[in-house]
Amino acid sequence: MDPESAIPYGRKTQHAPALKEVHILWITAGLGCDGDSVSITAATQPSIEDVLLGAIPGLPKVHLHNPVLAYENGAEFMAPFHAAARGEMDNFVLVMEGSIPNEKINREGYWAAMGTDPDTHEPITIPQWLDRLAPKALAVVGAGTCATYGGIHAMEGNPTGCMGLADYLGWDWKSKAGLPIVNVPGCPVQPDNFMETLLYLLYQLAGLAPMIPLDAALRPKWLFTRTVHDGCDRAGSYEQALFAKEYGSPNCIVKLGCWGPVVNCNVPKRGWINGVGGCPNVGGICIGCTMPGFPDKFMPFMDEPPGAVLSSNLIKSYGGLIRSLRKLTNSTVNQEPKWRHNRPTLTTGYRR
Amino acid sequence: MADIAAPELKSGQASQPAKLVEMNWDPITRIVGSLGIYTKIDFEQRKVAECYSTSSIFRGYSIFMKGKDPRDSHFITSRICGICGDNHATCSVYAQNMAYGVKPPNIAEWIVNLGEAAEYMFDHNIFQDNLVGVDFCEQMVKETNPGVWAKAQKTAAPHAEIHGYKTIADIMTALNPFTGEFYRETLHVSRYTREMFCLMEGRHVHPSTLYPGGVGTVPTVQLFTDYITRLMKYVEFMKKVVPLHDDLFDFFYEALPGYEEVGRRRILLGCWGSFQDPDVCDYNYKSMTDWGRSMFVTPGVVVDGELVTTDLVEINLNIRILLGSSFYDDWDHEETFVRQDPLGNPIDRKHPWNQTTLPRPQKRKFDGNYTWVMSPRWYDKRTGDYLALDTGGGPIARLWATALAGLVDIGYVKSTGHSVKIYLPKTALKPEVEFEWKIPKWSNAIERDRARTYFQAYAAACALHFAEKALAELHAGHTRTFTPFQVPDEAIGCGFHEAVRGVLSHHLVIKGGKIANYHPYPPTPWNANPRDIYGTPGPYEDAVQNTPIFEENGPDKFKGIDIMRAVRSFDPCLPCGVHMYVGDGKTVDVAHSPTFGVPPGMKPGGHS
Repeated sequence: MDPESAIPYGRKTQHAPALKEVHILWITAGLGCDGDSVSITAATQPSIEDVLLGAIPGLPKVHLHNPVLAYENGAEFMAPFHAAARGEMDNFVLVMEGSIPNEKINREGYWAAMGTDPDTHEPITIPQWLDRLAPKALAVVGAGTCATYGGIHAMEGNPTGCMGLADYLGWDWKSKAGLPIVNVPGCPVQPDNFMETLLYLLYQLAGLAPMIPLDAALRPKWLFTRTVHDGCDRAGSYEQALFAKEYGSPNCIVKLGCWGPVVNCNVPKRGWINGVGGCPNVGGICIGCTMPGFPDKFMPFMDEPPGAVLSSNLIKSYGGLIRSLRKLTNSTVNQEPKWRHNRPTLTTGYRR
Repeated sequence: MADIAAPELKSGQASQPAKLVEMNWDPITRIVGSLGIYTKIDFEQRKVAECYSTSSIFRGYSIFMKGKDPRDSHFITSRICGICGDNHATCSVYAQNMAYGVKPPNIAEWIVNLGEAAEYMFDHNIFQDNLVGVDFCEQMVKETNPGVWAKAQKTAAPHAEIHGYKTIADIMTALNPFTGEFYRETLHVSRYTREMFCLMEGRHVHPSTLYPGGVGTVPTVQLFTDYITRLMKYVEFMKKVVPLHDDLFDFFYEALPGYEEVGRRRILLGCWGSFQDPDVCDYNYKSMTDWGRSMFVTPGVVVDGELVTTDLVEINLNIRILLGSSFYDDWDHEETFVRQDPLGNPIDRKHPWNQTTLPRPQKRKFDGNYTWVMSPRWYDKRTGDYLALDTGGGPIARLWATALAGLVDIGYVKSTGHSVKIYLPKTALKPEVEFEWKIPKWSNAIERDRARTYFQAYAAACALHFAEKALAELHAGHTRTFTPFQVPDEAIGCGFHEAVRGVLSHHLVIKGGKIANYHPYPPTPWNANPRDIYGTPGPYEDAVQNTPIFEENGPDKFKGIDIMRAVRSFDPCLPCGVHMYVGDGKTVDVAHSPTFGVPPGMKPGGHS
């Protein structure tokens, strides 16, 4: 057999990625809880090992530098971050997890730091890392609501003055590769939402996908255009004005504090892990954790949203009517046709 | 990487002549949160001399929760932790239930117990075999102890016929990150156990269906079917994992005589109890002693192997928060919120109910203040000591307290007074099994890790019991999951629980219907705290300080694996950081752990 015919014919379908290797530098040392790193270990669409072991065609070789999963410790772990800051790493995506504290309000000391500066011997603060790494990154991605918009730690009355990526870098910021900040909010981020966004970016960097479509809050459009309510299996009971008065009811929980009708998020549709779990679809009020206004605009969480008072009242008469009509039809379609019986006559209407 | 100002030589500290090498690891990876370790190693004596522990992140929960609606507190405090946030949410709900005087329906409590059991099953599993396990994997052992690797290849695994790995080396190979078979299997297990969790609590890690007064979860036949089918897969999995880890851990004692000294400290363990029994628990503080003792993991304080108390009221009264070497101002001039508990016992100024958090960012000084972690202590009224209790990462303290107390007996698990028996029924491919966790001789790294595996089995066995109880409620038609309540104008509450990695308490004060004070105390402040005002080091500092070095590498290639194993045995969970500083301030060379696995074309960072 000559060497050429030994090459499988089908190989011509495979495209070499425009980038051979990409590093993912993942900072978890913002004001966060590492919940987004933990979350992505639950992803299966794709899983972290799918991406790292090259299970998906067309992707560049991915080197992940995330402190929760890294084999290396200390200097070994920090080396790629320092190398990237010195401009010695060509292709990397920066993932930020946790909100960015305002270090300008401190006279000395710091709110959050990662590693120690080789020259000053002082801890390196998160704003310093962003200043060093963001200009050199192919893309900057916010994982979870703390990094994207500030989140829980940026609540009113917080002492750290913390903020999201776009508050720090600017909403019009573009990477050296021309990408805006990519925000994947969620508290924590839904596992597959994050990994799928990362997959898209890797495709884009590999030259296999156009510019990632983002909404005004810099969220991937295909994940965040529809609302919680759009994907909620309890929207049917809303439509029929069946509102739960108490937690544990299978009906719509908007009167118990659910903000689903006005929150951009796909969780009731996608579930939390492998389609299991979620929020209002399983009896948990939506507290708006994917939103720039989270948490303050949704608190107190367990009170009925002001808008829901009006809309749920408006739907009462319409929903009541629809419900009774449907009840009628439902009882009809719950009856079998009368020709299905065991009597010695055929009554199906069949004629020879 | 940094060399940092050498601490002042303190009188009374043993000083070693020369040969001290400063070794830094910052951050410590494969934990939750940012942890740094600064050490000085005496390579002649082959041990670590002294240790400082510091934390580098401050978020300010106790500050921004003030004035908020108390019903928001479980949603907010869940965000403290990204791997066991639900433990916070649960503990907060417990504290709120007490403050509001509400008792959830029984089925709601079984649902919470099932959710929390799934959290233990998931979290211990992923930490043990995807994070800690890497410290015991082929790649690591080859690099740190080639002699141990050679021995592992020749050592047959005693339980090979149960777990399928012929030699200890085979187990180590299976633990290699991402490429190892067992590593990938446990990652898969971590997913379906989180599905079990989501069935009960909605979302991992910040639950959507937990509320004071009950849960939003709808109890249906399908809910429990979906849970139990996954649980039985996990039960079968644990029948393999317990003997697998026993083989691996026993091998380290055998291969490295003296390994019991790694991470060893005095037996000072705290457990605040887990899994409420709804038949007893009414969340009334006045009966907390009784319902605390009915928990399916018994609360307790164990000092030098002796069970000092199992009384949650006594545990509560003796918690003290000392400022230690942390970046906070004292709160002596601030408001005293609670002078007496509902039983009339006096409440100390340094108790969490009375704490006011006053952060003061400042430069890190190892001879002064060097951390964002305060020093929680437990006041031992017998001796007047402020004990630096540790949690040992959770399981060792839970099993130890439960074993000594002799209170738990539900068939699936039984406390004997000196051990805990765990029964796992027949599964698809494996017969029934009974494991027995026996109180170990030491509180050290290996036994903390071993207890973690046994507690995974314990949690699964408890879940079998909870599922039976929940189904009985469902079959009896008791499907209401919520009890309505009113938020009082003035109230106090406290919740006690076990976060995955150990003791968890939430203390709440309500005034004018709003949060006047809220202080959560998770396990990591107990484990990772600095020297307190009495000079008592925190548990990490203490445990690392006298750890002997078994690693075969000299200073030039040193990875610090024995220190890593000591620290990780506590299952550090710091969405805040810890830095450790070791040494006596004598002649110091600064060196760095060599760069490993840095892709071609990149230079290692740091300097020397």
